[in-house]
Amino acid sequence: MATDSSPTARKPIAEFFDKAGMLVVLAILFFGCSVFVENFFSLANMKGLALAVSMTGMVSCTMLFCLAAGDFDLSIGSVVACAGVLAAVVMNRSESITLGVLAALGLGAAVGFVNGFVVAKLKINALITTLATMQIVRGLGFIISGGTAVGIGLEDFFGLGNSAFLGVPTPVWITAACFAMFGFILNRTVFGRDTLAVGGNSEAAHLAGIAVTRVKIAIFTAQGVMAAFAGIVLSSRVTSGQPNTSQGFELEVISACVLGGVSLTGGVGSMAFVIAGVLIMGIVQNAMNLMNVATFYQYVARGLILLAAVLFDRWKRRKP
Amino acid sequence: MTAISALGFDHVSMEFPGVKALNDVSFDVRAGSIHALMGENGAGKSTLLKILSGAYTPSDGALVIGGERKVFTDTAHALAAGIAVIYQELHLVPEMSAAENLFLGHLPQRFGVVNRRALAAAARKQLDFIGEDIDPWTKLGQLSLGQRQMVEIAKALTRGARIIAFDEPTSSLSDREVRRLFTIIRELKSRGCAIIYVTHRMEEVFELADRITILRDGRHVETSELAHLTRDAVVQRMVGRKLADIYNYTPRAHGGTGLVAEGVCGPGLTEPCSFAAEAGEIFGFFGLIGAGRSELMKLLFGATAKSAGRVTVGGKPFEIDSPREAIEAGVVLCPEDRKKEGVIPVRSVLENINLSARRRKARAGVLIDESWEQSNAKERCAQLRVKTPSVRQLIRNLSGGNQQKVILSRWLSEPVKVILLDEPTRGIDVGAKSEIYVIMQDLARSGVCVIVVSSELPEVLGVSDRIAVMRQGKIAAILDRADANEEKLLKLALPLETARAS
Repeated sequence: MATDSSPTARKPIAEFFDKAGMLVVLAILFFGCSVFVENFFSLANMKGLALAVSMTGMVSCTMLFCLAAGDFDLSIGSVVACAGVLAAVVMNRSESITLGVLAALGLGAAVGFVNGFVVAKLKINALITTLATMQIVRGLGFIISGGTAVGIGLEDFFGLGNSAFLGVPTPVWITAACFAMFGFILNRTVFGRDTLAVGGNSEAAHLAGIAVTRVKIAIFTAQGVMAAFAGIVLSSRVTSGQPNTSQGFELEVISACVLGGVSLTGGVGSMAFVIAGVLIMGIVQNAMNLMNVATFYQYVARGLILLAAVLFDRWKRRKP
Repeated sequence: MTAISALGFDHVSMEFPGVKALNDVSFDVRAGSIHALMGENGAGKSTLLKILSGAYTPSDGALVIGGERKVFTDTAHALAAGIAVIYQELHLVPEMSAAENLFLGHLPQRFGVVNRRALAAAARKQLDFIGEDIDPWTKLGQLSLGQRQMVEIAKALTRGARIIAFDEPTSSLSDREVRRLFTIIRELKSRGCAIIYVTHRMEEVFELADRITILRDGRHVETSELAHLTRDAVVQRMVGRKLADIYNYTPRAHGGTGLVAEGVCGPGLTEPCSFAAEAGEIFGFFGLIGAGRSELMKLLFGATAKSAGRVTVGGKPFEIDSPREAIEAGVVLCPEDRKKEGVIPVRSVLENINLSARRRKARAGVLIDESWEQSNAKERCAQLRVKTPSVRQLIRNLSGGNQQKVILSRWLSEPVKVILLDEPTRGIDVGAKSEIYVIMQDLARSGVCVIVVSSELPEVLGVSDRIAVMRQGKIAAILDRADANEEKLLKLALPLETARAS
């Protein structure tokens, strides 16, 4: 019989950790840094922290979908760079911000669609597919820019990355809006639930009438558009298109998602936890900067945190 | 006769969140004896085997082996104690040879280099024992499913286990392989091994076993000499009530066009297939494994593309090329392989039930209607008596029978005209089976055309109004219920050469 009483055999603390997991870790980390790290809990630093995680945050929204559907995408770092460069070149040539933005978004959509088509329709492994497009698109960025940074001549464009509303930088607002929107899509729409079903068992999803190929192509395309958008915002912030930027960005985004409990085998993921994952990564990096930890050590620390997170997750799951 | 206890379960309990899978179970298994373990799905048989193999550590109680109390916390401990558990699912590496698979984890070696000659000789010996005449260096992937199962059994014996448990070993074996397996089990018995044999098949138990233990809802019901029990008594103890006729067949009026297939061709079929199942009819498909039944179902459902042929549903042309279009036209499929094609293991019962219907119920076709989902899931669970602590429970925590009910309720949430059931009761206990038969009858009575594929003769004879027999990729004959019997069906289903030879 279906009754909605929750199982009582479990200890309440374990139960709480199961439900709240990374949110608790985030709260403890935030509180700890506020007390022990000088200048951490200040308005200026909070703004800086939010701005620093805004790009990872944006792209982790679509990466969450990608991982939840059982795939992943390594090409996003290259798309960020190439989209920024393309936006800069088109804007300089056409003197039109709109054209530049559209060209960059179009590039992102095209790359994403190709990824999705090859993975879902031609059934090539996502690792191989996006590893290939990652290099192709990185190369295109260099070709379009001629290998050097492309300064942007339209000053109006810089507002996107450098303005603020109610004291909060515009990119942070954009990221918050993305969190809300994609969280809603995942939890409350048929598309979101279908995504999780496809990741959980794509054959069963197909036989239950879910258009698996279409779902996957849509996700990859959205991922490409989102990465291109992040590239546009970045180029606005730094007032130029940088072909060299965001190398390893894809790993940062995937790390944040995994830290947020998204399963790499698909079918499991929630927006709240991904936000926690993004913030944990950001806070750790921010705190290390404030404490003047050398960059070399920061890499080591970030890797260790990721490893610790997945081990914690496994340990939690081991208990029947 | 003083019997020697080779293995005892001493007040063993196992708790999972919300479920007590085993509750204070105690019984003895004797050396040189074959001990059947029976019970419905969810009765606790699998949990008991997992405790025996060291995969689970019991929350209370212990095993008693050779007079010593033992609690395994690792599968290696169980192996060292001379225990082998042979599961239904194969634990073999398809890319490696049969010989390497047999000695996986303890290959004969000298300074870390595999001694191929010793390996081949040892493998030969094991394969001879199980009567498999295959080259030890054949890649496992090239063997038939039955042969692989035999290799799995031989592998368990390489470590010289004295306590051997078989979990539904015959489900993927041919009749000949089953005979051979029984000979092996009897040989092991005569060598003094203690055998635990888990199955749903009553005939096997009565042919093979000396003693029997029956579990129900995680509790020990009875352990006794099999000679003291009749089949009916065993079933009655398993379900805790008397079962008259589990098929519950009552004649129904049926008529009107249901699903008509004309000359359907496609992968897995050797000849065009034609048949007409009526609305309100239960139309059975019988055949051996590989006869093309599941392939035909997939073609009708649009999961694979047919190369020729015409299908109509309710007199209207049924032209589809995806499961989604089939579902929209009122044709649904419960697939054969529940684990691979049916459930989304990491999602909840609720999501698994609403997997298809939520598209139709969504507001503006996009937004999930949460209150409808919640009430539909609860209603279906109550209707089909799905045993779950909550509709939010992950479906992988449910027993096989309950998972199957969830998949059925997925389709009961849709306006169905034709339901294709591919082996709907495989690996399911008697109680759940009879409940599923009732659902099938109810569907038929409400005018649904029910098409059911089954490999079990009594089942297909018990539930169907008419039966199509498939053989080697084509429909060999279609019989009325009144004309059909076990002998006729089997004769029609056997490949021609074999039929002539016998």
